[in-house]
Amino acid sequence: MGRGRGPGRWVARAIVTAYLVLLVAWPLWLVAQHTIADGLDGLRGIVDDPDVVHALRLTVVVAVVSVVLNTVFGVGISLLVVRYAFPGKRLLNALLDVPLSVSPIVVGLALVLVYGGRSGWFGPALESAGLQVIFSTPGIILATTFVALPLVIREVVPVLEEIGTEQEQAAQSLGATAAQTFRRITLPAIRWGVTYGVVLSLARSLGEFGAVKVVSGNVLGETRTATLVVEEKYLNFDQGGAYATAFLLALVAVACIVVVSIIRPKEGPR
Amino acid sequence: MSSVRLTRGSGLGLGVALLWFSLLVLIPLAAVVATAAAGGWDGFWQAVTNEQTAAAIRLTVGTALLVTVVNVVMGTLIAWVLVRDRFPGQRALEVLIDVPFALPTIVAGLVLLSLYGPDSPLGLDVANTRAAVFLAFLFVTLPFVVRTVQPVLAELDREVEEAAASLGASRLATFRRIILPALAPAIAAGAALSFARGVSEYGSLVLLSGNLPLRTEVTSVRILSSIENDNLGNAAAVATVLLAISFAVIVALDVIQRRVGRRG
Repeated sequence: MGRGRGPGRWVARAIVTAYLVLLVAWPLWLVAQHTIADGLDGLRGIVDDPDVVHALRLTVVVAVVSVVLNTVFGVGISLLVVRYAFPGKRLLNALLDVPLSVSPIVVGLALVLVYGGRSGWFGPALESAGLQVIFSTPGIILATTFVALPLVIREVVPVLEEIGTEQEQAAQSLGATAAQTFRRITLPAIRWGVTYGVVLSLARSLGEFGAVKVVSGNVLGETRTATLVVEEKYLNFDQGGAYATAFLLALVAVACIVVVSIIRPKEGPR
Repeated sequence: MSSVRLTRGSGLGLGVALLWFSLLVLIPLAAVVATAAAGGWDGFWQAVTNEQTAAAIRLTVGTALLVTVVNVVMGTLIAWVLVRDRFPGQRALEVLIDVPFALPTIVAGLVLLSLYGPDSPLGLDVANTRAAVFLAFLFVTLPFVVRTVQPVLAELDREVEEAAASLGASRLATFRRIILPALAPAIAAGAALSFARGVSEYGSLVLLSGNLPLRTEVTSVRILSSIENDNLGNAAAVATVLLAISFAVIVALDVIQRRVGRRG
């Protein structure tokens, strides 16, 4: 089964390549082609459309806020889960992965049931205090943060487990404060893990669709995000606009993946 | 590695983190189950066994299972080729594996439509059929088995395989007796993730499957139409079924990982 032996290797290579080309590469290429075939008019068209520009700006703001929230929370909870012993740790560990396997529509529904202004658990109280969550930007941020929550944690926890605590203990025994230890020892060690987590969260946050659709109300020029623009334009027979917006989103997503694949050191013996 | 007890500072940190996690994830998910329960067992059962909803659940679970089987075979093969083979263009394949993970789901639907829709250059038009649901699930679940099997395969000790081969074991026997048992937990974990992702999929189907009642409508779409009809009780009941499936997958994963942990 080693490398360089027999025809099986070529067959496997061919099957895998064909499968990935048919499932991912070719369709992706066709979308790029559709966009460029319009002579970039489609792209110019969306950049000139104030509603689309607003949607793009909203998407970026929401993604940045939720990435910041998830990075702070993710690094903090990873440190706590890896370094400390407390009751219920195993349960918490399992629960932290929950957002990955919950349907985006269910995420939206869950947030509406709690933060909805009319009949939510906390919604009416928050609204009388002047904070509208659902059908407004805070709701979009919550939904986006929910779906991307485990990504930083999943990258940081294995790194923390691997580096151990010796250096941190040494620093502390030499009189470093907790903050100094974190900034000088821990943070540099988990730097790359955090970076991958941030890039993946960014890609996921820019592209969230289902959960945002439920909580945003999809109001033109107010709570419509970029992914909602793709749907709306396609369904309204503005295929050029849909392809152009989709192309932009796909470009960012692929760029994120390429960045991660370049900076991620090769694992395992190669 | 030894864990230490909570200090005052870390205890406070844990409290803040748990509060945020509860407000964002736990309380909202509890609200779904509580809302479903408020309708009583009869209400729940009626919502779930409604002809259209039951058809959607059957289609979703059935297709997700089928896709998971394909992923177990193709994902393992892809991981194998990526770890054990070297050829030009391999790096590009690595990137392609992760694309479905980062691509917005609505864009994924549009992307698939360009090759498998009405204007397909291959003459393959699956739009608005059940095959479209299968295709969409296959696309969005692509990374899971590959990415869980790959690191385990890379760590696998080649010497054991060589020893088996030198003792006269056929390639097939080596694969079945040595490699497959070592990979099984990773394959199972990837399969569980892929199944959970498939069952919960929504975005990639919007433009691709047409959401035809009783034919190509999946569970998430049913929940969304209940929400849009302002029938939150009904939506919560169906959502609870999906949550139960995710929960079962998470428990299964935990068990698998524990077993692997013991072995390592």
